[in-house]
Amino acid sequence: MDNMSSWFKRKEKGIQTSTEQKKDTPRGLWYKSPTGKIVESEELAKNFYVSPEDGYHVRIGSKEYFEILFDDNKFTELDAKLTSKDPLKFEDTKKYVDRLKAAQKKTGLKDAVRTGVGNSLGKSIVICCMDFNFIGGSMGSVVGEKIARGIDHAIKKKMPFLMISKSGGARMMEAALSLMQLAKTSAKLAQLAEAGLPYISLCTDPTTGGTTASYAMLGDINISEPGALIGFAGPRIVKDFTGKDLPEGFQTAEFVKEQGFLDFIVHRGELKKKINLYIDLIQNNPIRS
Amino acid sequence: MEYLDFELPIKELEDQLDKCMVIGEESDVDVSETCKQIEKKLTETRKEIYKNLTAWQRVQLSRHPNRPYTLDYINAICGDTFLELHGDRNVRDDKAMIGGLGKIGDQSYMFVGQQKGYNTKTRQYRNFGMANPEGYRKALRLMKSAEKFGVPVVCLIDTPGAYPGIEAEERGQGEAIARNILEMTRLKVPIIVVIIGEGASGGALGIGVGDRVLMLENTWYSVISPESCSSILWRSWEYKEQAAEALKLTATDMKKLKLIDEIVREPAGGAHSQREKTFEIVKNKIISHFQELEKLSPKQLVHSRMEKYAAMGVFNG
Repeated sequence: MDNMSSWFKRKEKGIQTSTEQKKDTPRGLWYKSPTGKIVESEELAKNFYVSPEDGYHVRIGSKEYFEILFDDNKFTELDAKLTSKDPLKFEDTKKYVDRLKAAQKKTGLKDAVRTGVGNSLGKSIVICCMDFNFIGGSMGSVVGEKIARGIDHAIKKKMPFLMISKSGGARMMEAALSLMQLAKTSAKLAQLAEAGLPYISLCTDPTTGGTTASYAMLGDINISEPGALIGFAGPRIVKDFTGKDLPEGFQTAEFVKEQGFLDFIVHRGELKKKINLYIDLIQNNPIRS
Repeated sequence: MEYLDFELPIKELEDQLDKCMVIGEESDVDVSETCKQIEKKLTETRKEIYKNLTAWQRVQLSRHPNRPYTLDYINAICGDTFLELHGDRNVRDDKAMIGGLGKIGDQSYMFVGQQKGYNTKTRQYRNFGMANPEGYRKALRLMKSAEKFGVPVVCLIDTPGAYPGIEAEERGQGEAIARNILEMTRLKVPIIVVIIGEGASGGALGIGVGDRVLMLENTWYSVISPESCSSILWRSWEYKEQAAEALKLTATDMKKLKLIDEIVREPAGGAHSQREKTFEIVKNKIISHFQELEKLSPKQLVHSRMEKYAAMGVFNG
């Protein structure tokens, strides 16, 4: 008996996994949603990375969004090799150059946004999609430039433009260079509007800081997924600064829609259909399905 | 189905007809002749009542609890192509003003309109079809978006007025309506306006400037509701019937005054008695007016719209 009970005794204390080896969701075999619902990774992927039992929309990146939106996952990536410089020789607890290298190694990405051009329901579209895994989806010169070039491509080829935001805001390590990406991307969007091409802004969890103060809020339609966090100053900052308790559901997509900033909230499974429905309606084309 | 006072003879005959049919089904008595007679009388009575409606009766009909509302029309006309869009990009999404894109045939339209509720809960949710400034700003945002992409606009009007509230005033109810009126006079795409229920004052005109303004037969459109007019000018709510006559608020009067372009006939018994037929009539009106308007260039469109409004008003000298 002594022997058997020792099976259940913890020999080593606490969590032993080092941070580097920590697995990012949804890469494990199983995924557990915040309400405790468990789903197999493969099933989760089949269900558009939405937990089937509670509808929780798992944070995903450009790879998954491209997979969901482009027909047969076929697309051409633009400006895939653009990478950040370190013009300010920025250093906080870590050198910016080292942080970039580490992020690239960890994520396999070059920076926090990727641009894909391909068919969605048989019609071409430019999609810029941010990756939160890359330094919190922060927007620096590379993000700004890639979005600007994505818009240029849309104008040149007369294609609709879809921006999928997922960002903590501007990249502090690029200081005011980063700030000016708000102006740069907005100027490009003004050109897109001049060209009469539709711009759809999809705000995903989270869309905060500088992104909301530029492209994320400037769509011909702004849309979101259920429960996404959307706001300029994050909830913690607002709470600390005002000393007030935040209303329930503050800065959720549902809250933001109620305040008049989103056209609709769409389940990820319906995303492709709804975006293309809007494009067909606003461009007065027959509706594809 | 609910019935207004003057509709009671119709209800009586409908009840008789129901009874007659039940007897026919449950017994061997041949009631077909009796049923036929009642049916004939019903048609005649309906015709008679609806031929001689007073202005006040039309006001009552425009508020009939079974009358179709804006979203009923849009959903019936566009089916699942309708994509509702929300928000004024400023303070709120106004539930009393709805809007979105939808198809009639191959053609896309941007729809906007006031929305009423059909029971206590939804009436409150829709604020009784009384929009706040954010409702008018939402409507304008959608109309400007339609203009940007060359999509024609359809406005469906059904409101007892813009919401007279403290916050509405703080946020500039007057400014919001004024801005809409100005922008609508120069919008570069066709605008077709249909009054489907109540057309009360600035609250209606805030989405009511158009190349074609149509009124369904049993609706009203004026500068004030008959009740409010009665209370202000007669200093009592009791004179609403007289006020309704005096205001010349029916479709016939409005057409005579050249303030609207066309009266749309409702099925016998009113829009509420044959909803599907009403949707079909309105749909066909939108199509035929758009076919005329799409021939005009944006410049011609705006020019003739401005001329139309410049010609309104009656005076000496």
